[in-house]
Amino acid sequence: MFTLKDATYKDILSIRKLTFSDKEVTSIIGESGTGKSTLLKMLNNLISPTGGSIFYNGTNLTEIDPIALRREVVMLSQTPVLFGKTVRENLEAGLHFAEKPAIADEKLTEALHYLYLDKDLDEKAEKLSGGEQQRLALARILLMKPSVSLLDEPTSALDEELEQGVMARFIEQARAIGAVVIFVTHSKAIAETYSDRMIDLTPFSYKGGHQDE
Amino acid sequence: MNDTLLELGFWQLLSAYLFIVVLLVIVKVRKISRSKEIFIATLRMTLQLLLVGYVLMYLFEHPHPLFTVVVVLLMLTFSIWNIYKRISRDLNRKMKQIIAVSIACGTLSSLLYFNFIVIQFSPWYEPRYFIPIAGMIIGNSMTGVTLGVQTLVEGMTEQRTRVEAALMLGASPKEASRKIVNQAFDTAILPTINSMVGTGIVFLPGMMTGQILAGVNPLTAIEYQIAVLLGIVGAVSLTVILFVQNGYKVFFNEKSQLIEWE
Repeated sequence: MFTLKDATYKDILSIRKLTFSDKEVTSIIGESGTGKSTLLKMLNNLISPTGGSIFYNGTNLTEIDPIALRREVVMLSQTPVLFGKTVRENLEAGLHFAEKPAIADEKLTEALHYLYLDKDLDEKAEKLSGGEQQRLALARILLMKPSVSLLDEPTSALDEELEQGVMARFIEQARAIGAVVIFVTHSKAIAETYSDRMIDLTPFSYKGGHQDE
Repeated sequence: MNDTLLELGFWQLLSAYLFIVVLLVIVKVRKISRSKEIFIATLRMTLQLLLVGYVLMYLFEHPHPLFTVVVVLLMLTFSIWNIYKRISRDLNRKMKQIIAVSIACGTLSSLLYFNFIVIQFSPWYEPRYFIPIAGMIIGNSMTGVTLGVQTLVEGMTEQRTRVEAALMLGASPKEASRKIVNQAFDTAILPTINSMVGTGIVFLPGMMTGQILAGVNPLTAIEYQIAVLLGIVGAVSLTVILFVQNGYKVFFNEKSQLIEWE
């Protein structure tokens, strides 16, 4: 799926070789400032490595249209962002941005319910709590059915029980459609339980306390 | 009734400066440290207008196409330079180019349409018409674009996370910055819209006041005022839309990534 060769990013990351394989759920762990978000952003082509190359299914990222790539390899930002006023607008935002056809209301409610969020579609999204907004943002991605989901601390605002439930369901859905999930987490327990493979970024990151978050 | 404008004598004009003295006394008493700026502003206003008065007098007496064109170009240059100066942030080269091109294309096309289709004076370079109309159109567009630049740059800086999050989901830069671009357009044209709403009730526009003082029939003055206001609305909208439609692109690179700003 993804192969990094001698990929560096400024004085944050330096990865000689790293491969993410198909149909595997990968978690990325490591101390704060080790470049976990940076790595996800590079895979999403939101930033380009300052040295070396990244390949997606054998093709160099520099040769893939970045927008087309991001519609396939979707990323969830660390802080949930609201697009539009209502819960409905927020759910539809991803499909709208990616120029995918709109989905019926029942499907939207279903996706919310699936991630343990039962809200009216006309409710104001800004009234939702941090944890609820985080699930809303996850549901937005779920509806897009991307080949790869890059999730940056997707459950940081949820309590432990809910965190487990949400993660389990998101991954279950991804596996069902044969999609790949790569997620960054602070929680070793979550990483151990839900990923097939754990990557600790600490050895790839430069020491020196450069903050990435 | 006498139709010609009363000429102000030297002492009469001097007595008008009493208003500034009042202002200076107020800031002095209230200990607001603005006296220097007020003094400089008054002095500049006086010198600039005196200079313009003489220049216009000369131009009106010696109408020549070249003079008119040069004056309009000077106005354009000054307005562009003024926008650069009034934006508190550093603007990069690309942004400056877009500002200059938007102002030039937007104002010139509106101006030509206005002069040749709406007013239709002759000769086409008649400075008595061309110069004041150009001044109003360029001046208002300058204010609009300044507001547009400010809102756009601020929005792109403050809502960076939001724009980035949209890109992550596969949005095009255009789609990711749509909200900010619309905000910038809205902020930029709002003063012009408001001035249309208030006109005639809250205040009499300067141009109309001047014409009425000069003895022009109020109805004629109003016709001109309506035409000019519409012209200004058109020019401001055109310059601002040209600016925002191209300005947002400066924040992205060819890989549709958000560029580090500053």
